[in-house]
Amino acid sequence: MRTDRATRAAATLRRGFVTPEGVDLQLELGGAGTRAAAFLIDVILMLLLLVAATIALFAIDQALRAEIAGILWLIGAFILRNGWFVLFEIGGRGATPGKRLMGLRVVARDGVRLTAGAVLARNAMREIEVFLPLSFLGAQTATGTADAFLTIFALLWSGIFLLFPLFNRDRLRIGDIVAGTWVVQTANRTLSADMASDAERVRRVFPEAALTLYGIYELQTLEDVIRGGDPAAQSAVATMIRRKTGLADDADDAAFLSDYYLALCVRLESGLLVGRRRLDKFGTVEQ
Amino acid sequence: MSAIVDAARPLINASRFRAAHEAEWMRLEALLKQIEKRSVRVLSDDDLLALPLLYRATLSSLSVARETSLDRALTAYLEQLCARAYFQLYGVSDLAWRDLGRFFTQGWPGAVASLWRETLAMAFLTLAGALAAYFLVRSDPTWFFGIIPEGLAGGRDPSASAEVLRATLYGKQEDGLGIFASFLFNHNAQIAIFAFALGFAFVVPTALLILYNGLMLGAMVAVFADKGLGLNFGAWLAIHGTTELFAIMIAGAAGTRIGTAIAFPGRQERMAAVVAAGRPAAIAIAGVVLMLAVAAVLEGIGRQVVTSDAARGTIGMAMLVAWLLYYYGIGRRHANRSRD
Repeated sequence: MRTDRATRAAATLRRGFVTPEGVDLQLELGGAGTRAAAFLIDVILMLLLLVAATIALFAIDQALRAEIAGILWLIGAFILRNGWFVLFEIGGRGATPGKRLMGLRVVARDGVRLTAGAVLARNAMREIEVFLPLSFLGAQTATGTADAFLTIFALLWSGIFLLFPLFNRDRLRIGDIVAGTWVVQTANRTLSADMASDAERVRRVFPEAALTLYGIYELQTLEDVIRGGDPAAQSAVATMIRRKTGLADDADDAAFLSDYYLALCVRLESGLLVGRRRLDKFGTVEQ
Repeated sequence: MSAIVDAARPLINASRFRAAHEAEWMRLEALLKQIEKRSVRVLSDDDLLALPLLYRATLSSLSVARETSLDRALTAYLEQLCARAYFQLYGVSDLAWRDLGRFFTQGWPGAVASLWRETLAMAFLTLAGALAAYFLVRSDPTWFFGIIPEGLAGGRDPSASAEVLRATLYGKQEDGLGIFASFLFNHNAQIAIFAFALGFAFVVPTALLILYNGLMLGAMVAVFADKGLGLNFGAWLAIHGTTELFAIMIAGAAGTRIGTAIAFPGRQERMAAVVAAGRPAAIAIAGVVLMLAVAAVLEGIGRQVVTSDAARGTIGMAMLVAWLLYYYGIGRRHANRSRD
């Protein structure tokens, strides 16, 4: 069904996701770049929070001369490091602030609800994906023991685990594999205007031959051009259609395209009624 | 030939379809916006009852649109609307406090109980390490320095006199108990999570970590036993050690579970086996972190305050019995382990 070329480029990240009602929602997975950006945002937020808390607790420590500030800092640091991702993802949004900002969401691959176990598992694995390579680097710069073997091992390790999402089709981290989750892109679009909204206008009628030229792929590209509203593109497309169909130029590109779109759409949709889905101008018919 | 003008309005399916259902979509979208902005609780009862109906109606709109309409923007809109509604209806967890209650009554003990085989293996590994180190150090004290790093020993090595060793067991420390306890918790909990995550690498690092833990234990015992302080050291260790060592073993067991699921998925697909092992193991790790918090309080504060061997030993044993009852008494009933 989805073999049209327009979505082929993006289709590599589209995945079938069948709801219990039996409808395929066709979710789009979050790309590696988007997810890295979301992670960076989270790390920056965590660091900011850590710095702010440290300053506040230091002030408390100076004022009270009690050990409570130190205790709070140690416990707080642990909760921040391990709890930030877990607590945000367990919440209803299924996303940390960084993921929310990038329009991402954690979803269980099997479509059931995201359990605490899954969230805990995917984030506990961060320990070997991110923090271990970091501490490798930290330890080496601290002691200055640039042992060649250890460096190679550390680089190899971080390479394997950090870049793991790039090596599989579904962009899964190790954590995602263990937890059975994946990260999807959440779209948030509004319903755009009806293509036949200016209904009260008199419309052009096209000869039969002019409507047999194109298929669904061209129709939807035309839809994009009309919705895009770029006069130069519309003019170019209108000129092309006029040339191919042999129609005269009536100097109103937008109205011409709109009328041609509607006429072509009606024709192709009537084809659908009898089970004929003409995919493109080459006349490829499904099945 | 010029275009002929005709008054008849061409009707595409998208227009007809929108005229019939747009109100439903709009209402669903408005409800979703409210939920996404705050939470389900802001909805009125009517809206709440309407939500699943609107979702199903929109889902059916999507199916129809895909088959009959060629308006790509319309299908894309319906797809995202359905996905958002799906996440709100199916993806959201229960009330947090009920989830939390279930974690303590079923999830945590059940997850640990289902790991009993791996836990036993880890206990064996710890014991084997401890025995090996014990006999090595007793036969040749220089082994001690090969096992325990100097910073950790803190003067408690084979060359120390019995008096010095005794002082480390009963020395009183008044300041910074709280900080000490939180530091211990922070450090140990991170190690436990680490042991879990490392299990992914076919258990090898996890097993080494647990074995090394046992080696250190055995080496220390050997040093104290050599000066006739074996029982005293046992009591000193038991007050928190029963909880802490048990927790570390469970962490190792959780890691082992994942590693073995990857190496030997059995009849399941490898990915499915890992997920089936990973989720309960992660619950067990959350429990381990709580156990380590208890252990840190016992070690950082309890051990400094309680200095009699009998009391230390009793507290340690009582904790062990409590954990065992909790896990294998209560937990066993909720442990569901797939038969493979």
